[in-house]
Amino acid sequence: MRARMLTFTRQDSPVHRLNGAAKLIIFILWSVSAMITYDTRCLLAMLLLSLAAFRMSRVKFGDYAVVLYVILLFLVLNQMAIFVFSPLEGTRIYGTRHELVHLAGRYTVTAEQLFYQLNVALKYAVVIPLAILFLLTTDPGEFAASLNRIGVNYKIAYAVSLALRYIPDIQRDYEQISFSAQARGIDISRREKLPKRIKNMISILTPLILSSIERIERISAAMELRGFGTGRRRTWFRSKPFTFGDWVAVGSVCAIVAVSAVITFYDGSRFYSIF
Amino acid sequence: MARRNGLSIITIVAIGIGSALFVILGRFGSIPSGIPNTSIETTYALLALFSLLYGPVAGLLIGLIGHTLKDAFFYGSPWFSWVISSGLVGLIIGLAASRISIADGNFGRKEIITFNVAQVAANAIAWFAVAPVLDILIYAEPADKVFTQGLVAGAANMVTVGVIGTLLAAAFAKTRTKQGSLRKLN
Repeated sequence: MRARMLTFTRQDSPVHRLNGAAKLIIFILWSVSAMITYDTRCLLAMLLLSLAAFRMSRVKFGDYAVVLYVILLFLVLNQMAIFVFSPLEGTRIYGTRHELVHLAGRYTVTAEQLFYQLNVALKYAVVIPLAILFLLTTDPGEFAASLNRIGVNYKIAYAVSLALRYIPDIQRDYEQISFSAQARGIDISRREKLPKRIKNMISILTPLILSSIERIERISAAMELRGFGTGRRRTWFRSKPFTFGDWVAVGSVCAIVAVSAVITFYDGSRFYSIF
Repeated sequence: MARRNGLSIITIVAIGIGSALFVILGRFGSIPSGIPNTSIETTYALLALFSLLYGPVAGLLIGLIGHTLKDAFFYGSPWFSWVISSGLVGLIIGLAASRISIADGNFGRKEIITFNVAQVAANAIAWFAVAPVLDILIYAEPADKVFTQGLVAGAANMVTVGVIGTLLAAAFAKTRTKQGSLRKLN
């Protein structure tokens, strides 16, 4: 049950050296931009740029391999679901119909549908490299400071930092409770029938959640005693100042996003058509 | 559990720990139900319980932060339409169940009914309406697909919260001392 998740790894590269707040701003701008545009040219250009950034970071394949497989599986399932539920979505969007192969009933493969689904796939592909990169190269401690810097209330930033701090602890608690339950014959694997499995799950959740509630009371008492929340602002141990490189990176991403928005909406529609 | 105006310390800590629990249960605590692509997400029982305990603001932020972190760590990028819907579930349950004083150990038949009406309403609004509409607006996905996904997920979450959430809340209430439970001897 080892966690296969994206965690920060300490390395040295231009991407690792960027300020956490700069990376957060870049990631948000990039995701919003990829969300808005359905313009294939913009998406392709953005994909190339994000792959270039990925290469520059020199992160190791092993650090993200499992997550990448999960993402690809999800992508394939999503593509199949789109076709099953709406085989003519592309025709509806682009307004033309070039039939390629007729399968059965209402299922016809059209060039428009293939093009639409290519765009959907590209939209994911554009965000994924930067998302993985952001998680692998940003120190969780610096992340909370970055959130505060871009204008999030410091109390909420602190809540996020608490979450990041306690994810490994709670995972360990969960594993210990579930192992000790299994040692007593409480099985939550697929060998057990569904109602029994749910019942067994509850007997793991109850101690986990009750102990977490106690933990909440303990931590908040400790914070209360240290006077958390009395000041209007707070400083962060991990906070770094913006350097020239950070401004250049944020500036160029702003420019890319602006260009992409102009190209996308130049003809009045968010969809770019080749038909 | 003293509640203050604004974000009290206990709410902040509850948001942090609640989000961490949301991530872990979202990853390890889901049971496939046998119906393809549908699973029993125990993490929504947790979200409902924490919204009940710590109020609407905590519910909203646990949904938003927990779901964003879960998606980010395990799937690479957050799926914002569903992240927003998770936040909404927490917010609505927190608002609708604010009259239940579970911290005093009150979780009888009346409270169970209130809690479940709140959770069914919250899940219906979030998964039958908001999530699919946002999917269409943000990601331009086919309407049939997203509404079917929303229906299935919403129904599964209602059952999960109804069964597991209610049981967890009852278990928590038992650990609390009821108000006025002291009796005078002689």
